[in-house]
Amino acid sequence: MSPRALVLGLALAVAGCATTQADPRDPLESVNRAVFAFNDGADEIVFQPAARLYRTVTPRVLRDAVRNVFNNIDDLFIGANNLLQGKPVAAVGDWTRFAVNTTLGLLGIIDWASDMGLEKHNEDFGQTLGRWGVGNGMYLVLPLLGPSTLRDTAALPVDWAGDPVLQHTPVDERNALTATRVVSRRADLLEATRTLEEAALDRYVFLREATLQRRRSLIYDGRPPRERPPAD
Amino acid sequence: MKRMLACAALALAAGAAQAQTTPPDELVKQVMLDIQRIIVEDKDLQGGDRAKTIQVIEDKALPHFNHVGMTALAVGVHWRKATAEQKKRLAEEFRALLVRTYASSLSAFGDQKLEFRPLRMKAEDTDVTVQVRVLQPGSQPVSVEYDMEKTPRGWKVYDVRVAGISLVVNYRTEFANIVRDKGIDGLIGALAAKNKSLAAAGTGK
Repeated sequence: MSPRALVLGLALAVAGCATTQADPRDPLESVNRAVFAFNDGADEIVFQPAARLYRTVTPRVLRDAVRNVFNNIDDLFIGANNLLQGKPVAAVGDWTRFAVNTTLGLLGIIDWASDMGLEKHNEDFGQTLGRWGVGNGMYLVLPLLGPSTLRDTAALPVDWAGDPVLQHTPVDERNALTATRVVSRRADLLEATRTLEEAALDRYVFLREATLQRRRSLIYDGRPPRERPPAD
Repeated sequence: MKRMLACAALALAAGAAQAQTTPPDELVKQVMLDIQRIIVEDKDLQGGDRAKTIQVIEDKALPHFNHVGMTALAVGVHWRKATAEQKKRLAEEFRALLVRTYASSLSAFGDQKLEFRPLRMKAEDTDVTVQVRVLQPGSQPVSVEYDMEKTPRGWKVYDVRVAGISLVVNYRTEFANIVRDKGIDGLIGALAAKNKSLAAAGTGK
């Protein structure tokens, strides 16, 4: 049995037995669990080994440089989203970061802007929609891309359009850049994966709750209105 | 001998009194800087020595956690239905799981710069959130927030939010699912099994 068939078989098996009472936020739970299992398989077979190899063969300085270059490119679209969210000061900050780090920071390799007190932000179009009042919609697990929500999935084409790496031509360079970015980001999450495995009783549920909490926190820029625990 | 005992008792009492009066933000700062110093100075801890890391957490961080309160919040509405014995077992197992998770996440912790946010609190406040930010060049700072309550034994942490993700909220749904399917004893069993498998994996390394 090929690994791929094994993954698919596993995915279907999980889908078959996931008949727990539906969570109103996750009506497609059985489908999501199947995609989750598929992603897990792909991660184990492709992405984790690539990330580990990357860690083994590259020195830390190089990995830091690669991470910084891609994070620097992100600041352009982050600024655009801050502007769309009515935060012009933050937007100017993001673009100043980009200007400083691209020039003085040698194409983003060094993050001088943070040292100057220009803090890095985290924005995307899904957050912008959230800021405009669009709710999460149902929870979705996307093939290869992982946990998301209906709103954030609908926002993806805009994120892709605003991503200089994905808009880069020629295509072979774009593919090389994208692959490097995927491996770099996966390598940064290796420890988090282990923590997730150790902490969770049911990794699917744990990741879903964490994702929904994280998105809520991001939409409110880390200051969500305090939620009271259910009265008891 | 008698005098030594008296001195020790006095020292303990003084320690307790100090714990009562240390403001929550000051307490968080002391504990975090202390743990960071220990990690930076110890090669074993940086190398991910799990048993040693757990010991540091037990000694330095755990005394400042209200783990029974944390368990009660995570178990939620089902907590009231649990017997005293079940509550005790739940709190023990949840505590063990949290210590292991904490130890696992500490392996990524090193000489990052910590930014302690001043806490604006009134003298009569008994429930506050202390925020610390972990600064890493090239990345967005990671916020760590401690929800703390005032107790007769000093300020105690009852929830931790990392990057906006609350531990208590995260476990609440997981716990609720298990209690619904298998009852409180099922949850105790699931936590115990999880801890057992983690301990087995830990000794294997």
